[in-house]
Amino acid sequence: MSPPVKIIGHYASPYSHRVEMALQLKGVPYELIQEDLSNKSELLLAKNPVHKKVPVLLHGDLAICESLVIVEYIDEAFDGPSILPADPYDRAMARFWTNFIDTKFSQPIWLAYWSEGEAQKAVVKETKENLALLEAQLNGKRFFGGDTPGYLDIAACMLGPWIGVLEEVTGVTLVNGNEFPALCQWAKEYSSSEALEPCHPDRDRLVAYFTENKEKYKMMAKTMLQQ
Amino acid sequence: MAGGDDLKLLGMWASPFVLRVKLALSLKGLSYEYVEEDLRDKSELLVKSNPVHKKVPVLIHNGKPVSESLIILQCIDEAFAGTGPSLLPADPYERAIARFWAAYIDDKMLPALNQSAMGKTEEERAEGKQQSLVTVETLEGALRDCGKGKPFFGGDSAGYVDVVLGGLLGWVRASDELHGVKPFDPERTPLLAAWSERFGALEAVEPVMPDVSRLVEFGKMLKARLAAPPAAGASN
Repeated sequence: MSPPVKIIGHYASPYSHRVEMALQLKGVPYELIQEDLSNKSELLLAKNPVHKKVPVLLHGDLAICESLVIVEYIDEAFDGPSILPADPYDRAMARFWTNFIDTKFSQPIWLAYWSEGEAQKAVVKETKENLALLEAQLNGKRFFGGDTPGYLDIAACMLGPWIGVLEEVTGVTLVNGNEFPALCQWAKEYSSSEALEPCHPDRDRLVAYFTENKEKYKMMAKTMLQQ
Repeated sequence: MAGGDDLKLLGMWASPFVLRVKLALSLKGLSYEYVEEDLRDKSELLVKSNPVHKKVPVLIHNGKPVSESLIILQCIDEAFAGTGPSLLPADPYERAIARFWAAYIDDKMLPALNQSAMGKTEEERAEGKQQSLVTVETLEGALRDCGKGKPFFGGDSAGYVDVVLGGLLGWVRASDELHGVKPFDPERTPLLAAWSERFGALEAVEPVMPDVSRLVEFGKMLKARLAAPPAAGASN
């Protein structure tokens, strides 16, 4: 029998969600351990001593950290449909855009939702430029990966459930159907995907989480933009 | 060299990211055409090949461009799997560990080293120095625990993490003269200090390394440019 698979994660974290999506797409059963990020468990600190962050994948005795490293591990360690494409150049392109999401895209869009006033204008502009690049990557496909979700779809998961929640809680609209029709369609495909349905986050729970943390995030964004 | 494969590397002589790609190509015994870019006057080919970031390195393989050093390394490893040694190990878990440390070097160690050298204020540079110590010591731990007494992060021979870290070696060597700091201090981080000598002496590595005195001059010029307002807005 193959060793048990567990995720140390958090329901509000898109990074944690990436790991769930990957296991779901591979057909690997897993247990999700919800971490209290305000009071980190000994398990988390032991399994991710370097970063002390979620997600962490536990596969038997092995611990793997960093969401995209985990997703590539899942693709290689388990049988099932491939998450990354087969061709080295296509793999490089998928990795390029996931890297783009993590290094260029994530911070500005987060700041765009949580900031206000003059400071917000610059990050909104940057975010829309980034969104346009991702919109172009869809290029008429259902998913970034083609007919079925792949590596970049997993990496881009915040553009699915999280965007709707953030726009509701903050009142800021960024990913609108006029400017980004392909991304909006992608979000619909994502939420109606049977393959991903079992790990879809609970929308109400996400709304409650971000509402509860609204003032904290607004303060953080203000501080970051002042630097 | 694999038949019919056309490799062109767009680079800049002082870039540690470009050096990583040169190291990988050298370790695998692959031939390529090298194009030196003037980063203040970027070529059409560079801008066309990397429209999103407009940065080096870019590796163009049979006309298809790949950007971002870590992505290029993995692409080389996968596209030329039969040529020369593999950069990444075969086992999925060991591959994950290698990717983890490569990400750590780029996400945590490099920004700290940069800040310690190029931080705009004394406080920023001091904070960078402090962070650099922490990250370098963590990496020393990685070499000790994951390396398990072997000469390289990759085991008996140089691999992915060795190349990722190796790209920084030119600047690491220049750092003593430039900033009065030895990032891989033999007293604090003996394993890393020994590793840098060993890696630097490899037959495939030594000829590819940039000239340290030239890096020192370049570093001095960058520092002067930073100190003299207004900055020319030169991007790297």
